[in-house]
Amino acid sequence: MFGQSILSLVIWVPILAGVAVLATGSDRNAALARWIALAGALLGLIVAIPLATGFDTGTSAMQFVEKAAWIPAFNIHYHLGVDGISMPLILLNSFITVLVVIAGWQVIQDKVAQYMAAFLIMSGLINGVFAALDGILFYVFFEGMLIPLYLIVGVWGGPNRVYAAFKFFLYTLLGSLLMLVSMIYLYFQSGGSFDIQTWHTTTLGMTAQTLMFFAFLLAFGVKVPMWPVHTWLPDAHVEAPTGGSVVLAAITLKVGAYGFLRFILPILPDASHELAWFVITLSLIAVAYIGLVALVQADMKKLIAYSSIAHMGFVTLGFFMFNPLGLEGGLVQMISHGFVSAALFLCIGVMYDRLHSRQIKDYGGLVNKMPVFAAFFMLFAMANAGLPATSGFVGEFMVIMAATKVNFWFAFVAATTLILGAAYTLWMYKRVVFGKVTNPHVEEMRDVNAREILILGVLAICVLAMGLYPKPFTDVMYVSVVDLLAHVAQSKLP
Amino acid sequence: MSDFLTQFAPALPEIFVLAMVSLILVIDAAVDDSKRYVAYVLSLATVVGAAVLTARDFSTMPVLALGGLFIDDPLSDVLKLFLYLSVAVVMVYSRDYLRQRGLYKGEFFVLALFALLGMMVMVSASHFLTLYLGLELLSLSLYAMVALQRDSSVATEAAMKYFVLGALASGMLLYGMSMVYGVTGSLALGDIAQNLADGTDLRIPLVFGIVFIVAGLAFKLGAVPFHMWVPDVYHGAPTAMTLFIGSAPKIAAFAFVVRILGQGLESQVAEWRDMLVILAVLSMALGNLAAIAQTNLKRMLAYSTISHMGFMLLGILAGSQNGYGSAMFYVLVYALMSLGGFGMILLLSRAGFEADQLDDFKGLNRRSPWLAFLMLLLMFSMVGIPPTVGFYAKLAVLQAVVEIGYVWLAVAAVLFSLVGAFYYLRIVKLMYFDTPHDTEAISACPDARVIMSANGLAVLALGILPQPLMAVCVHAIGVSF
Repeated sequence: MFGQSILSLVIWVPILAGVAVLATGSDRNAALARWIALAGALLGLIVAIPLATGFDTGTSAMQFVEKAAWIPAFNIHYHLGVDGISMPLILLNSFITVLVVIAGWQVIQDKVAQYMAAFLIMSGLINGVFAALDGILFYVFFEGMLIPLYLIVGVWGGPNRVYAAFKFFLYTLLGSLLMLVSMIYLYFQSGGSFDIQTWHTTTLGMTAQTLMFFAFLLAFGVKVPMWPVHTWLPDAHVEAPTGGSVVLAAITLKVGAYGFLRFILPILPDASHELAWFVITLSLIAVAYIGLVALVQADMKKLIAYSSIAHMGFVTLGFFMFNPLGLEGGLVQMISHGFVSAALFLCIGVMYDRLHSRQIKDYGGLVNKMPVFAAFFMLFAMANAGLPATSGFVGEFMVIMAATKVNFWFAFVAATTLILGAAYTLWMYKRVVFGKVTNPHVEEMRDVNAREILILGVLAICVLAMGLYPKPFTDVMYVSVVDLLAHVAQSKLP
Repeated sequence: MSDFLTQFAPALPEIFVLAMVSLILVIDAAVDDSKRYVAYVLSLATVVGAAVLTARDFSTMPVLALGGLFIDDPLSDVLKLFLYLSVAVVMVYSRDYLRQRGLYKGEFFVLALFALLGMMVMVSASHFLTLYLGLELLSLSLYAMVALQRDSSVATEAAMKYFVLGALASGMLLYGMSMVYGVTGSLALGDIAQNLADGTDLRIPLVFGIVFIVAGLAFKLGAVPFHMWVPDVYHGAPTAMTLFIGSAPKIAAFAFVVRILGQGLESQVAEWRDMLVILAVLSMALGNLAAIAQTNLKRMLAYSTISHMGFMLLGILAGSQNGYGSAMFYVLVYALMSLGGFGMILLLSRAGFEADQLDDFKGLNRRSPWLAFLMLLLMFSMVGIPPTVGFYAKLAVLQAVVEIGYVWLAVAAVLFSLVGAFYYLRIVKLMYFDTPHDTEAISACPDARVIMSANGLAVLALGILPQPLMAVCVHAIGVSF
């Protein structure tokens, strides 16, 4: 019965669940709010499953397409569809949403309904970002998700949350407003259409392409985030509650990278080739320099935040190698980073809930008190460092291989991440988990409970499964990636 | 005889309002203080009655009446319906506020209805004379409304400033009109357009006339550099009057500008476009930057009005049907948001307390999550973040600007709206991130709460489905131009 509108369900089920959670009102009904939120998140995941089971990996065309007139005055359509690039991201998002709801179960005691609702509504909007095939529809989802995220950081965040929320909001708004102007320009160039696939075939002069390239680069580069517009991320991460950090790292960063594939590469192929050196340089700086910055962090969340920037540098580097291996590697890295960064932030959340500190120096000797936790943390730390057999390895390896084909020195700089990543992650791990217990409060820490084992266990399975057998993921992406590269190879100069 | 009467038919709503105002004036003089609600109820009935009359005779084609002084077209009918709506909402929001401050008198309602009549004449005018008459009827009523709180020195000062600067602006406008009359030999917009389209040798007097007219219009809109009165009047006037000034008159001012520039001086678009570009850019720049420094919400919203009027001018300066349509959409959406924003101040105020400081919104989410949520919607709509309707208003205007090739202007506009985002976000921050310092219960009456809910949710609903309102604007402009 709902076979024709799976994508609409994937978008609207979480949003409506969020509204239902809001309706429970004050904190007196907190338990009810939690259960409705969990039910909504699970339902959101269940309705997304047909996307995976019914997906045809043999075609690069959009699947599960829905199209209806929305604002005929401007020829704007409610146009949804997914291909091999966006489908895995929707699944990832729906999956992470469930974890976030469970992760906030006990920790959040203040304005529970609003907290849960903000996450559910944001989840629906992010699914919309990945599914939208109309420029304005994309923009509506892309911008709409700023509202719940702003509130999440600002209301439930740490001491410096107001500064972080403003910085995050204004940074991202700057990029997206310029993108909006570009979209309007594209509307006129394409003869009055906001359809993204039409834009893929619109001819554009070099000047226009270059200008729009920078507009889109700013919009998506801020979200990714790329060096040097990354400075909002460590602030937002540190101040956000655990759930907020998880969603920020696992999902919102992917929105930016996704924009590269949906907009920049296929719409502006000539500018992309011409300015590839620029993006590659920024990506390599992110990989090498931000890796060094991560090394000296004293705050665990900040460390993981910088590590995220370095990992996303890999993603953008892979995209601009213009070969299937690099693109796929970037995509695999995105999904893998979704799992690993989510897991690491949840681990930090577990520790923070017990000790109320994120400083590395406050910990030490954790393995004596929390052996099960230490084991999980170990796995995720290794995955973050790119150990083979974990998902972290697959993407990095593919991108480095792709870079070697293009230029040895790109690969050389990129490969420093294998050293730096191992250094900052494992050094942090050593200081936090091993050694003697020096802080008396660590003595009182209890090991993970069943709820936390469930979350971390599920993520551990994902990380290992993707590391051991990544083929299902790459199969889904392959045809779409090849089609995208065909678009990119075609000059669109008039 | 019947011919004589039928030519008045298009002006039936205006005649009805005039008759009712006179009636209310007489009745209110006869009732004692305990029955002041009579004027309130009758005023609402007047607005509803006028709405019924306008909707019943909704025109499909432009009809000139009263010897070419008056025009009844879809544009005027649509705008009038929105004028009624916003005047009615103002009355509901302000009732408690006025009662608590001893202003709940017939004068307020009579003046509001006279102002409404003036605005109706403005949107239906097709002649310099009627345009000017409508404008003066509106302005004189507003001067008196601002001064209505006699014992408040701030209000009196605001009224004085408003009057002096308003009179100056009217003078400029008249001067410009007289020059255009000198060039074209006519005061009727249609004849002026005809004459100018045929070409004229009198370029210099014509351009001078346009400059004066644009300056006068800029005064009335509150565009920079003719904006000085706006913050003082918005701040000094009792909030109920600020609410009135900030909503319906903007719609009328849009009609006024579009009738003169778009219909009368259409062929001279090359002359007035550059002037509007300067006005728009300055308004967006100064409005948004100055709003950041304000601690008083009324003053902040006054500067925000200036920047919004700048944005609306972008649509008009496009000089195309698309542009006028987008400006119309923008001004209607702006009126809706402005009603909500100032209305919220009224709802949170109580006897002896004005909730017009930014700090009064601290922690509103704890005191009333619902009102905080509505205000959140209104603020994000003012920024132009989807899925609120403010986004489509900005989108439409930007599109009109890009269409005429002014991409740089669109870029400037979005950069200034980024600056503007800061101070709207600050309100959200105060409501959601801070703890309240005012713990008294909110005493707003139920009907105002219901209207406020409808107001806030309309911003969201129109944001999810903007097509109906957009189609109305496109249609109205399409038929009338």
